[in-house]
Amino acid sequence: MKTLSFPIAGMHCASCAGNIEKKLKKIPGITKASVNYAAEKGYVECDEKVSNTDIKDAVSSLGYTAYFSESGKNTSGGSNRLRHLEGGRMDSFQVEESKNPDELKLKELATLKTKIIISAILSTLIFFGSFPEWFNPIFNFQFSIFNLLSNPYTLFLLATPVQFWAGFEFYKNTIPALKNRTAGMDTLIAIGTSAAFLFSVLTAFFPQKLQQFGVQPATYFDTSSVIITLILLGRFLEARAKLHTSDAIKKLLSLQAKTARVLRYPKTPGVPYYAQPQGLKLQELDIPIDQVQKGDIIRVRPGEKIPVDGIIIDGSTSIDESMVTGESMPVEKKKDSRVYGATINKTGSFLFQADKVGAETLLSQIIKLVEEAQGSKAPIQRLADIISSYFVPAVLMLSIATFILWYDFGPAPVFSFAFVNLIAVLIIACPCALGLATPTAIMVGTGLGAQNGILIKDAESLEIAGKIKAVMFDKTGTLTAGHPQVTDFSFMPAPSSVEGDKLEELGDKLKLHKPKDVSYEDYILSLVYSLEKHSEHSLSGAINEFIENLPHPNPLLVGEGNWVRSYEIKDIQAIEGHGIKGVVKTPRMVSQRVYPGRDSSEVEETEILVGNKKLMEKEKIMRCAELDKKGELWAQEAKTLAYVAVDGKNVALFAIADTLKPDAKEAVLQLKQMGIAAYMITGDNQQTAAAIGKLAGIDSDKIFAEVLPQEKEKIVQELKSEADSKKITTASSKTIAFVGDGINDAPALASADVGIAMGQGTDIAIEAASIALLNRNLTAVPAAINLSKKTMRTIKENLVWAFGYNVILIPVAMGILYPFTGWLLNPALAAFAMAASSISVVGNSLRLKGFKLKI
Amino acid sequence: MPIDKIIVSVIGILGILFTYLYFFGKKEEAVEAKGSLDITVEGGYQPSQIVIPANTPMTLNFTRLDSNPCLEELVMPEFKIKRTLPLNEKISIKIKPQKTGSFPFSCGMNMFHGKIIVK
Repeated sequence: MKTLSFPIAGMHCASCAGNIEKKLKKIPGITKASVNYAAEKGYVECDEKVSNTDIKDAVSSLGYTAYFSESGKNTSGGSNRLRHLEGGRMDSFQVEESKNPDELKLKELATLKTKIIISAILSTLIFFGSFPEWFNPIFNFQFSIFNLLSNPYTLFLLATPVQFWAGFEFYKNTIPALKNRTAGMDTLIAIGTSAAFLFSVLTAFFPQKLQQFGVQPATYFDTSSVIITLILLGRFLEARAKLHTSDAIKKLLSLQAKTARVLRYPKTPGVPYYAQPQGLKLQELDIPIDQVQKGDIIRVRPGEKIPVDGIIIDGSTSIDESMVTGESMPVEKKKDSRVYGATINKTGSFLFQADKVGAETLLSQIIKLVEEAQGSKAPIQRLADIISSYFVPAVLMLSIATFILWYDFGPAPVFSFAFVNLIAVLIIACPCALGLATPTAIMVGTGLGAQNGILIKDAESLEIAGKIKAVMFDKTGTLTAGHPQVTDFSFMPAPSSVEGDKLEELGDKLKLHKPKDVSYEDYILSLVYSLEKHSEHSLSGAINEFIENLPHPNPLLVGEGNWVRSYEIKDIQAIEGHGIKGVVKTPRMVSQRVYPGRDSSEVEETEILVGNKKLMEKEKIMRCAELDKKGELWAQEAKTLAYVAVDGKNVALFAIADTLKPDAKEAVLQLKQMGIAAYMITGDNQQTAAAIGKLAGIDSDKIFAEVLPQEKEKIVQELKSEADSKKITTASSKTIAFVGDGINDAPALASADVGIAMGQGTDIAIEAASIALLNRNLTAVPAAINLSKKTMRTIKENLVWAFGYNVILIPVAMGILYPFTGWLLNPALAAFAMAASSISVVGNSLRLKGFKLKI
Repeated sequence: MPIDKIIVSVIGILGILFTYLYFFGKKEEAVEAKGSLDITVEGGYQPSQIVIPANTPMTLNFTRLDSNPCLEELVMPEFKIKRTLPLNEKISIKIKPQKTGSFPFSCGMNMFHGKIIVK
């Protein structure tokens, strides 16, 4: 049994990969075959008798190329791939660098380039020869080459390769289309240039015959060849520019790691898993990313790319996730944190367990979503679609009409004018620009969004997002961090205004039985910590998180592990809706001095309470006026209060609230500056809602509080319909976006015009949302709206340009200006304008790439 | 009016009529399909009108024989599908329409059209 891995070139999509896989599996001796489109590699497990040539032939029979290096290093039989943890480097995969997926396209472009250069040279000669009266006086070659060049036979010889070799593709594309009773861009060019060429051939060979029919002989070899050259040049530049519209996707695809360092038990080849020898050491093993399985333990070292998605099981680090979330700051990760494939490990080394591989990884999901969005159509494109479906036949009819009009009513020589104008009409018409206007901008726009962590699920959402007039934010988890945090804390202040050890001074008055070597502050906090540890309540969690992260005033204690001491608490009692209560035993250290001779191990029992005001009243706690005053103030800010009572006295107070995200205010401000109203909706009480709303800068009349989850959708609908009813009277429609976490507000997300989900990485596929924000920054909301506006502006510019171009220049080519100004459009100039117009549309879309999103 | 002008006018007008009927008078026979269907891409899509049942998985196998760059991209907007069709290669696209109705598909520049009618 051996395993082979080899690069495959020429794949265009995932289904190519599927076809190759199927073909490979049919080869006798191959037990397993997989082809990765993104990595452009094939992997097979097969008998020794299967040769590289077998595989090469099978792959090339489908039109792709498999590469095997001569040394046969692709072959890596089972065990030699293993690398001992402490051992040296393994014989790693020596595979050739994978080929660029655009390679074929580039090859096509190279052929096109040759055609353009040759036909440009020929066209120049033809041009010189066609107008000897212009060039002879300048260059003054009397007998010269000009006489030869201006000979119609010479012109014929020069123009023929341009027409049928360089211009072959126009015919090749026209004939099957006509058979099918459809017509495309190439039809127009083939007909136009063929007409010019054939008439010139008649002129060259049978001038008298033409005159007999009353037609003025003339050669248009210059016209036909210059048109072909210019259009090919335009096509070349357009195709090259178009390659860049999908840069974002290519970049995403290239992010994927190629190998993973997996920890596995060495397998004896051919022996089933259960029969493998026991007691083997885990070994580190570099394997291609495709062979990584769910549950694999993977080691990642500093500076390395993380191969797949998973959860850290050992170690901690900081990770640069900018490539998938757009977030520029590295993110701290520790045990149990989630890591994503394609992100880069910065500082630490860690082990993680893979739980999402292949198409399930976040990166694959992102790529899939962006590809889907780029395949969808924006409503704005509809009109362009309708027009372009009638376009080519209409232009054909117009060109015939042009001929008739000029022949019947035009000046002499009627045939020449009629003929040249017919060609000009065929050439100037540019359906390509119409067809490219929207999709190219959508591709660049959605790609730009993805690079910044804004995933737009379809073109329609991208279009609507620019029209948003109101944004409704869900409060909890969207505007706020989503979990309560201690915002304020105070000990009972000393009566005097002495700075420093206020409590130390007070301590004796309080007669707290604390261990001697601990300050009062540390003692109280440690008591609270020890008690709250026993509670599952979210407020308890917030308090303990606060205590854990409190910077300790004594620098000597910092770094020595946790300065918080653990005391044994007994008789713990959680009082529903009030708080928690318990008794702590501490050695009676304080009293030792006072009552000499007593046993120092004797313990003092102290009652400790943490809870709300009601609990304090119920337990008849001695209140502290200073703390009560602070409490009143904090309660007004809609914070939840937790009083601490030790030994019947209120000694400290915590204020807890769900905190506003740091960029919430900025996001609301940006929206307001854009003329977009910001609303907030929450299930919380009025007071809390008002407090958060005020902090975020949301107007009080735009806050909906005490809304049940199922009512959110109704309010979104109401806001929409309210806007709709206004629309009738004031003609100002309101498009509404709902921003939520997508977990419990799916109906609201779906009922808004644009549902924006603050994704938590893996939730990007939330069905109800049309935009997912990966970086969880609220400023991404105005950024997404700006991106939409900018993209739509580009689309509109493109459409105006493409429509305007055709609407203005087709009549000009027909000769509408001739009666007034005597202007006619030269067909060669028409070809130049045509080529320029589609390039400028693609170029304008590419300009979007330079747009900087403020997140 | 001289005879040549009359001839040119008559032939021209007939030419316009012919162009109109040739391109717009085309009646496309819809092809009913189940399971899978091969579609040849050459100067358009053959067949271009496909009738398929709703809620049933369907595989459409596109093979592009035409080098026209226009046809190299296939767009099915309602299904959010955009695929590059390499020359002379069968590309299978799996769809499972949930709704009934008529769903157009086209080339990347929307010059060639087809329709999937879901019944």
